[in-house]
Amino acid sequence: MIEISKAISGYLILQGAVLCFIASIGVLRLPDVYTRNHAASKGATLGVMSLLLGVFLYFLMVEGHFNSRVLLGIAFVFLTSPVAGHLIMRAAYNTKVPLWENSVQNDLKKKNAGDPERTSHPRIRDK
Amino acid sequence: MAFQVLLNVFIAFMWMFLQNSYTLSVFAAGFLFGLLIIFIMRRSFSSRFYFLNVLAVFTLFTIFIKELILANLSVLKVILSPVFSHTPGIFAYETELKKDWEITMLSNLITLTPGTLVVDISDDKKTLYIHAMDINDAEEARKEIRDSFEKAIKEVSR
Repeated sequence: MIEISKAISGYLILQGAVLCFIASIGVLRLPDVYTRNHAASKGATLGVMSLLLGVFLYFLMVEGHFNSRVLLGIAFVFLTSPVAGHLIMRAAYNTKVPLWENSVQNDLKKKNAGDPERTSHPRIRDK
Repeated sequence: MAFQVLLNVFIAFMWMFLQNSYTLSVFAAGFLFGLLIIFIMRRSFSSRFYFLNVLAVFTLFTIFIKELILANLSVLKVILSPVFSHTPGIFAYETELKKDWEITMLSNLITLTPGTLVVDISDDKKTLYIHAMDINDAEEARKEIRDSFEKAIKEVSR
């Protein structure tokens, strides 16, 4: 039983570390802020969550200690990281960070059509 | 709905007082008993039987977890593919949801969906602007949001 739970928590921790690693590769490789944000906000969320879950299971099964703070940590990461991703995205857009040149569509441009300060967005072309 | 939960807790306390034993197991038994009573009396409440809402919350949570895992797999595929050959873009999505918390839940769900991330919400709260990793999937993503997420969220708030 202890061996099985050690294996499971070891697997979860390894998976979390690999996911975080690949998310950071994504931040390096992808072309613009917006696509990088995809990698960072999704990969890191599940990565950190499975790391914490592995730690929780290890302490529960091997040490017999129920650590509720780790569970709360999982819940907080799960709730806050999509919001953080959204806010970074929005802040980037509103400060006119250009989209990648191969981006094809931008419906948000129409929303800001009445506002001359926000329409002059560099390097975005509509289809 | 909150009224029904409160009533259920109240019945559980009544049960504890009737039994004259104040333990968690008696409370749980009273709670189940109260659930049965509320189920029988469900036609006298203005809202529906609240346990259905609890089930809907559970469904929504499973959708969250499932989408999170699928999103990660698709992001992994994009990152580890040798050439980045997608066409990102921003598309608009008209939502039918009205309340603020529903829109928040929807945008959290969209952010955790494969290949989509919310950029902005229009001032009248009717349109979400979503950045998609691959704009060719936008139509499919739109359909999935409409059929699966909005329905699940509506089910919770009904």
